[in-house]
Amino acid sequence: MPDDVLPAHARLQAAAARADDPRRLNARGIALSLAGRRVLDGIDLTLGPRGVTAIMGPNGAGKSLLLRVLHGLVTPDAGEVRWGGQPLSLAVRRRQALVFQTPVLLRRSAAANVDFVLRARGRDLSARDGLLRLVGLDGRGATPARRLSGGEQQRLALARVLAAEPDVLMLDEPTASLDPASVLAIEDVVARTARAGTRVLIVTHDAGQARRLADDVVFLNAGRVVETGPADRVLRSPGSDAARAYLSGRLVLPETPSETPRS
Amino acid sequence: MQDMSEALGLAIALIASGDADLREIVALSLYVSLSATLFSCLIGIPAGALLAVMRFPGRGALVTLVNALMGLPPVVVGLIVYLALSRSGPLGFLGLLYTPSAMIVAQTVLIAPIVTALSRQTLEDLHTEYDETFRSLCLTRLQVMGALIRDGRFALVTAALAGFGRAVAEVGAVMIVGGNIDHLTRVMTTAIALETSKGELALALSLGIVLMAIALGINALVQSVRSGAARGSYA
Amino acid sequence: MIRKLSLAAALGASLALPAAAQEDSILVQSTTSTANSGLYDYLLPLFSETSGIRVDVVAVGTGQAIGNAENCDGDVLLVHAKPSEEAFVDAGYGVERFDLMYNDFVLVGPENDPAGIDGMGVSDALAQIAESGATFVSRGDDSGTHKKELALWEAAGIDPQSGSGEWYRESGSGMGATLNTGIGMGGYVLTDRATWIAYGNKGDYGIAVEGDQSLFNQYGVILVDPEHCPSVNAEDGQAFIDWLLSEEGQSAIAGFELDGQQLFFPNAEG
Repeated sequence: MPDDVLPAHARLQAAAARADDPRRLNARGIALSLAGRRVLDGIDLTLGPRGVTAIMGPNGAGKSLLLRVLHGLVTPDAGEVRWGGQPLSLAVRRRQALVFQTPVLLRRSAAANVDFVLRARGRDLSARDGLLRLVGLDGRGATPARRLSGGEQQRLALARVLAAEPDVLMLDEPTASLDPASVLAIEDVVARTARAGTRVLIVTHDAGQARRLADDVVFLNAGRVVETGPADRVLRSPGSDAARAYLSGRLVLPETPSETPRS
Repeated sequence: MQDMSEALGLAIALIASGDADLREIVALSLYVSLSATLFSCLIGIPAGALLAVMRFPGRGALVTLVNALMGLPPVVVGLIVYLALSRSGPLGFLGLLYTPSAMIVAQTVLIAPIVTALSRQTLEDLHTEYDETFRSLCLTRLQVMGALIRDGRFALVTAALAGFGRAVAEVGAVMIVGGNIDHLTRVMTTAIALETSKGELALALSLGIVLMAIALGINALVQSVRSGAARGSYA
Repeated sequence: MIRKLSLAAALGASLALPAAAQEDSILVQSTTSTANSGLYDYLLPLFSETSGIRVDVVAVGTGQAIGNAENCDGDVLLVHAKPSEEAFVDAGYGVERFDLMYNDFVLVGPENDPAGIDGMGVSDALAQIAESGATFVSRGDDSGTHKKELALWEAAGIDPQSGSGEWYRESGSGMGATLNTGIGMGGYVLTDRATWIAYGNKGDYGIAVEGDQSLFNQYGVILVDPEHCPSVNAEDGQAFIDWLLSEEGQSAIAGFELDGQQLFFPNAEG
């Protein structure tokens, strides 16, 4: 099991008890309007240093945008994001990684995509083969990245961000419209990454995926946090009307999540 | 029309005979224009990448200016470079006027804006696609530019080819700064102009046919290399 | 490849060593009429063989040639516009002017001779052209030939500018290019005889007027003054001029023939 390539560090284990652990999130009063519409409407969110958090909610709830604000890709109109008590500086952001719904791979081989990040982080290229093996792409290193299948591309994107050894891994609907084998492969790597100490935030529509991966759930609706809690509890008996409506609609068709109409 | 068929026959005979003067002129044309293309790429591709990536006040005006400079008249470039390189000009001490180096300088001035503008367009499109990923990875500007140039390399070849095509076809600039000196600065286009002025229209046209054949050959070569490489690593 | 490498090396060297002395070579600023006739292709190898000095020629209009020489972009000036040449020397740009050789100008026109000037004296012919409104194509480029043509109009008492753009058309280009234009328009053209004989696209054109005393065309040669232009290769330039004016050079000029006709007549004062 090539878990040795995961960013599991004694450093992370030791940091967990401290307030300045870079995996601790504290977001206050996040608000953002786009084209005159209030898309994030005063979000407060505090997360501990360990585990997997699923961010759920209907389309347009602001999930992907919240993820980008937490990672510093989008600057909110108001509010403050702190990780380990630090504002979103470049140094903080460099210890985070984001996997996008549609991976944007470099026009190079699969191996060169991983090498690119290893080099950017000043890491030794010897880590590359282990990372490719981790996501089930061993032997595919020489293949042009854009010739890989959709599922393989997303797995490569995951290997690529793990090459940065992030303390915090964010994923924005990483398995939407992927084949079941790739979904399982990605979930497996995410779960192992989390066990090794990396903080994971995943935006998902898939209640099954949330149940399999998440320790707790943040439920958004119309730009507000309407419910947070342990995954078991929120997914089984949601306390808010919005979550209940969303999850009941979703639970009717649990086996075809990606083809369910998203309304 | 008699000139046309005569020219075609002459062109074939010239190429077939491997005429020493012709080979010298062709070699100098390629040397001058390929060197100018090389220098233009060394200047234009990084400059294009900078314009694609950086956001600063006046950037829009600068992009417009570079685009406009794509249409620089060769004869104006020739005149400006002549004034600079003339013995009585500011760079006269270099002794470059009426040498192939002067012609390379003039053609570089002529086509660097073309390579810059086309690179900027190509790399900006690529940047739009990669931007969020690169920002997430917290890359430096230099890393972003390097990655864009590397990934845009096949499209950038087209920019270089456009520059080369313009350089090898222009006559106004090399005529003024090169002087069309036999065995020293005579290239395809100035030879064509000379033969035309001597009334040797068939010979002039046959040289033109040779020039077009060379341009076609280089384009075909680059295209085949490019599509071969594309099959290998680019999609 | 070797050529490319050596040129690249030359480029590097010339950029690295400012004002590096050229190996034995000189640059002559001269006219399109001498170059287009093929005189230099014949003459220069004869000189280079004996002297070991390479001669490079920039062929432009006399006006531009003088301008380039004033900018020190050349070692020797070989043109045909005596008053301008003397002014060049008087202004301190040149050392001394020498008569070198002459040929003559001819007025060429289409076979059907629309102005009916065949065999006339040049003044009458020009007056006839102006009166009939037949097309005349001028160099219009301040070259030696152009200056000569303007002097001929003046002698005929006609201001051709009054017909500019109508029957009087200025091509603004070299001798051969102007012949191309003139023949394309069916107009009359004043040209030096050497260029005309060597010209390869005559169509139905022939000489309409020749042999007039005033069509005499004198060429002069001048060393660019090294005191004004320190970059001038005075030693080799002077050697070239000395050779041209010598018996050997003069007979070489006389020996240049095209289609069995002598094109230039040496007249240096021995």
